[in-house]
Amino acid sequence: MSKTMTRQTTPAPSPAPAQLRQPRLPRWAPAATALGSALAGCGLGLLAGWESRVQWGLLAAALHVVASYLLAAAVEGRRQARDRLATSVVWVSFLVAVIPLASLLWETVARGSRVLDGHFLTHSMNGVLTLDEGGGIYHALLGTVQQVGLAALIAAPIGLLTAVYLVEYGGGRLASAITFFVDVMTGIPSIVAGLFVLSFWIILLDFGYSGFAGAMALAILMMPIVVRSTEEMLKLVPNELREASLALGVPRWKTILKVVLPTAIGGITTGVMLAVARIAGESAPVLLLVFGSAQINANPFEGAQSSLPYYIYEQWANGNAPSYDRAWAAALVLIAFVMALNLLARGLARWKAPAQGRS
Amino acid sequence: MSDMAKRIDVSGLTAFYSGFRAIDDISMTVEPRSVTAFIGPSGCGKSTFLRTLNRMHEVTPGGRVEGKVMLDDENLYGSEIDPVAVRRTVGMVFQRPNPFPTMSVYENVAAGLRLNGGHRKAALDDVVERSLRGANLWEEVKDRLHKPGSGLSGGQQQRLCIARAIAVEPQVLLMDEPCSALDPISTLAIEDLIEELKSAYTIVIVTHNMQQAARVSDRTAFFNLAAVGEPGKLIEIDETERIFSNPSVQATEDYISGRFG
Repeated sequence: MSKTMTRQTTPAPSPAPAQLRQPRLPRWAPAATALGSALAGCGLGLLAGWESRVQWGLLAAALHVVASYLLAAAVEGRRQARDRLATSVVWVSFLVAVIPLASLLWETVARGSRVLDGHFLTHSMNGVLTLDEGGGIYHALLGTVQQVGLAALIAAPIGLLTAVYLVEYGGGRLASAITFFVDVMTGIPSIVAGLFVLSFWIILLDFGYSGFAGAMALAILMMPIVVRSTEEMLKLVPNELREASLALGVPRWKTILKVVLPTAIGGITTGVMLAVARIAGESAPVLLLVFGSAQINANPFEGAQSSLPYYIYEQWANGNAPSYDRAWAAALVLIAFVMALNLLARGLARWKAPAQGRS
Repeated sequence: MSDMAKRIDVSGLTAFYSGFRAIDDISMTVEPRSVTAFIGPSGCGKSTFLRTLNRMHEVTPGGRVEGKVMLDDENLYGSEIDPVAVRRTVGMVFQRPNPFPTMSVYENVAAGLRLNGGHRKAALDDVVERSLRGANLWEEVKDRLHKPGSGLSGGQQQRLCIARAIAVEPQVLLMDEPCSALDPISTLAIEDLIEELKSAYTIVIVTHNMQQAARVSDRTAFFNLAAVGEPGKLIEIDETERIFSNPSVQATEDYISGRFG
C-alpha cells in the first residue's frame, strides 16, 4: 500500500466528499419544474400579450432549464446541478425537434384523410377539372413506383459494386479518387442532377420526356447514398471472417460473395431501402424530365408520366380547395409509402441479421 | 492419412509490412507428424512467421515476403504457385474463434468444401461428422448441427474452427495462439486434440503459455527481437525438452525462467 503511494506520480485526485449521503431533490422534481415552467410560460405570455404560442413554449423551455439548474444548485450542489442542466437541455432539444415532426404528421393525416379513399387511389386526374372534386393519384403512384424502381435497379448494383471495390480491393489512388467523387455526388442538388440528364439525354441525344429519364436522375442521387451505407456495412464485417475464409483456401471473390456479403446483407438492404425512401420524395428531376401528366401512362420509357411529389406540387399550384385536399392526401400517401419502405427495411435487417447469442 | 503430413523447410525468410522488416532471415525445419511450438515475447514476429507459412501474410495490405518455404519439395513462394491452393494445403486456426456468423454448425464445418464447390450432400455429411469427431466436438453438437455456430461457447467455437480447418484435409495445421481466449478446461480439450491430431498432421502452434509449449510440443522455437522497431529473429530451435532444461542460448533461458528484460 505504502509502496504504491510513494510511487504515485499522477496528481492526487480531488478530495472525496466528507460524507456519502448528500441532499437530493425528490424524484418528481423535474416533472414539477417542467409543469411550473409551462404554467409560468403561458401566464407570462398572456400577461405580455404575446400572440405566438411558439414564444410561450420557448419561454417555458428556457424557464425550465434555468429553474432546474438553480434548484439543483441550491439543494444538491454544483456537480448535480450541471447534470440536471444537461438533462433538461437534452429534453428541451428533444421536444423542440419532435414537435414540428409530430405536428407535420398530424396535419398531414388530418387534412389528407378527407379525400383519401379507394376511388382516390385507383383513379387518375384525366378529365377532372381543377375546381372539381374527385380524381385521384393512381397515375402518380404508378409513376413514382416505376421511376423509383428503375432508379433502384440502376443505382443499387452500381453502388453495391463500388462499395465492394472500395472496401475489399481498393486502397490506392483510384480508391481515394472514387471516395472523393462519391462525397461530391452526395452533395449534388437534385435539380442539378435533373439538368444534367436533361441536357444529355433529352437535348443532346434527343430522347423525349419519360419516366426513365427521371429515373436516371434519381439514380444519380441514389448512388452515393448506397455506396456510403454499403461501405459502412462492409467495414463492420470483422476482418477475421475474411481471413478465416481465405485460410480455408477459398478465393477472394468467393469469400466476398459467400462470407462478407451475407454477413452484411441486413445492413446493406436497409441502406438501399433508405436510399429509395430518400429519392421517392424528389420532385425537381421529375419536373424537368418526366414533364407531368394527368393521364395514366404505364410505360416509363415513353411519354410523360406523373409522380407523387410532382402531383402534390401541381395540385398545390392550382390553388383551390379541392386541389388542396388532393395535395394533402397525396402527401399522406407519399409519407405512408416512405414509412412502409423504412419499416420493410427494418424488418429485413432484423430477419437477415446474423443470429446472436445462444440458441 | 499417414502420407498427408509434410515437412516444412524454411530458408532465409524475411517478411515485411510495407517498409517495415518484421522478421529477418529465418531458417528452420518443421518435422512432419509432430508439434512445433513458437514462443517469444509479443511483437517478435511469431505470428507473422506463422502466416508466411500459408501465404496469409500477403493478405495484409503491404505484406511482402522474401526467401523460401519448401513444403516437401515445392517452394510455396515459387512463381507458379497458387496461394489459394497453398491455403487449402496448409490450414490455419486463429487466436480468436471466428465461426461464420451467418452459418450453422454444419455449414461452418462444410464451408471450406462447399465454397470450393462440387460436393454431394451425402459425402458432405460424412466429412462434417468426421471433422467434428476429429475436433472432439461431435458429441456436444450432434443435436444442434443446424443451429448457428455463433451460439456455441468459446471453447466449442474454437474446436468448431479446428473442425472447419481439418475438413478440407490440409497437410499442415497452423495454430495462432488457439487457446489464448479460452478457459483452462477448454484449453485442456484443445491440447488433447492437438495430441491426437499430430498423428496425422504437421502442427505448428504459436503460444504465449510456456507450460503449454512444454506440454504439447515436440520441438520448440524461441523468437526474440533486439528492440522495439527491430525485426524479430529466430534465436534457436530444438527438442522441447532441451529448450526447457538446457537451452544453448542464454536469452532463451532468461525468457523461459522469467528473468527476461
